[in-house]
Amino acid sequence: MKAWLPSLLRLALVVLLIAFVTNPGWFEPLLKPLTENNAPVIYNQGSLLTLTLLHLRTVLIATVAATIVAVALAILVTRPAGAEFLPLSRSLVNIGQTFPPVAVLALAVPAVGFGEKPTLIALFLYGLLPIFENALTGLTTLPANVVEAARGAGMTGWQRLVKVELPLSAPIILGGIRLSVVISLATATIGSTVAARTLGEVIIAGLLSNNLAFILQGGLIVAALAVLIYDGLSAIERYTGRRMGREVE
Amino acid sequence: MGEGVRIRFDKLGVVIAAISAYAAFAAPFATFRANRIVPGEARSILESLPAAVGPLLMAIVVAAALIALLKTPLALRLAASVVPLAALALLIGVAGSFLTPAGNTFARISPASGFWLFIFAFTLLLADVLTRLNLSPQARVGVLVVAAAAIGLLLVSGSWNSLSILKEYFNRADSFWAEGSKHVTLALGSLAAAVIIGLPLGILCHRVEKLRAGVLNVLNIIQTIPSIALFGLLIAPLGWVASHVPGAAALGIRGIGTAPAFVALFLYSLLPVVANTVVGLAGVPRAANDAARGMGMTDRQRLFGVEFPLAFPVILTGIRIVLVQNIGLATIAALIGGGGFGVFVFQGVGQTAMDLVLLGAVPTVALAFAAAIILDAVIEMSASKRRV
Repeated sequence: MKAWLPSLLRLALVVLLIAFVTNPGWFEPLLKPLTENNAPVIYNQGSLLTLTLLHLRTVLIATVAATIVAVALAILVTRPAGAEFLPLSRSLVNIGQTFPPVAVLALAVPAVGFGEKPTLIALFLYGLLPIFENALTGLTTLPANVVEAARGAGMTGWQRLVKVELPLSAPIILGGIRLSVVISLATATIGSTVAARTLGEVIIAGLLSNNLAFILQGGLIVAALAVLIYDGLSAIERYTGRRMGREVE
Repeated sequence: MGEGVRIRFDKLGVVIAAISAYAAFAAPFATFRANRIVPGEARSILESLPAAVGPLLMAIVVAAALIALLKTPLALRLAASVVPLAALALLIGVAGSFLTPAGNTFARISPASGFWLFIFAFTLLLADVLTRLNLSPQARVGVLVVAAAAIGLLLVSGSWNSLSILKEYFNRADSFWAEGSKHVTLALGSLAAAVIIGLPLGILCHRVEKLRAGVLNVLNIIQTIPSIALFGLLIAPLGWVASHVPGAAALGIRGIGTAPAFVALFLYSLLPVVANTVVGLAGVPRAANDAARGMGMTDRQRLFGVEFPLAFPVILTGIRIVLVQNIGLATIAALIGGGGFGVFVFQGVGQTAMDLVLLGAVPTVALAFAAAIILDAVIEMSASKRRV
């Protein structure tokens, strides 16, 4: 395969995605055959652009919060003072990952009510796990000679963390963030069952009115976002991985 | 060590004691509602339980929290987690009967945040003890069986019958089991189909390098389609099959219902199965394959006698991921009429009846959790058997 082909495909996908969410009308003839009885072809209870931006905002807020908390926790349990928590935190991560996102979402509703909040909580909790797991892997598999060298150079614990351990773990932590974002993008659609304003609204409207065009446009926008963000984060990961001289999968 | 009188604190114990103190003195233990959808009124431990029992529960949790707080032997810590958990499980049922006014069938009692915080704190302690005990896989499954039996006993004995979630259950006991079996059939059936198709596909991808990247890329992209959209998108093709392929409708293939849910779960399951088969087979040591070839084994003998057994733990890991994921995703099938525990979750969300949500969510979480523990144990056993 030619080297430029994947980049060209990605660029085409970006252009197509932007064109679709800003001017969905252009694509009406394509989706028309999927509707029956003159049902609306393009989602008509809100702009696709607004919903896409709200969807991305929800995922962004949840991911940033999850990253901060997960990395902080991973740093804590890898310091001597928190080492006691390490085995337990490993088991908790394993247990946490068995909780289905829908259950987390539904169980958050009684605590905070309907809307964006339960979605944020579910995405935050679900996003924590892959990031924490990877941060833990990154911080516990540092090459021993590098850490020793830093110690020998007279760095304090804080300096070692900020200048050596975190930069070296960055590619692996990024891998966790990437997983977490892709899961969150898909899970955010389920948030619309508890009245969060995301692209799930379009899909659910399609399910309720038996309108295949709605389901397809909602699903494809989310899938395109996921593929593009996954690719983008993979590229950043490879870049930092090369700079840090650590292998990434 | 050696300082004798100096009291030493356990760090996790500090967290557990803090949560327990908040749960005991600041959070409500149970919620009382005049009927199933009105907002609830909070009740503390002492208000929720008969005169002598409330202080007893207080004494148990305070003692257990103190044991957790100090550096204590593991056996004592085990008791300090199991005893309060058992007491809480029993007494929340007592609170249910105590708070329900005599003869009132509309009033609803549910556990409140204080109860859940206690459960969280002491489960945390239990998880810590079990992690430190470093149990064998068999023992872990044993613990799971004992816990399941204890919960089963409490359910059968009727001591939880006055709680709201069980009142929701009694109102729809038949459909609960019907949806439950649909849920399990969906999760296990799609897993079985994914294994039947995915294993040979994985072997093929391992042998034919040209195929590998293409197949894995397609399966990766399928994973990025949100589940509710994939469920929805399958309605049309399956509807078409049902009306155009003779005999398909008789087999139960329909546009709406279980069929699209089954196909969607199957498609999501393929990636972990195929990817782990490829990784597992690629991880078979060259020496093992060379030795097998040297012994004059045919390709087929080598596959079943050498490669497959060596790759088995990795393939099982893929199956574990699929099973846990499918049990969770099957809840979404309810949105397209596919049934499963999700029916109660979404009905509950629609009626803002949270106990109905719990009726769907609790069994789902329990199933996923049990599946994870059992498969983790099986993986560990099969991996240690093969490690020489």
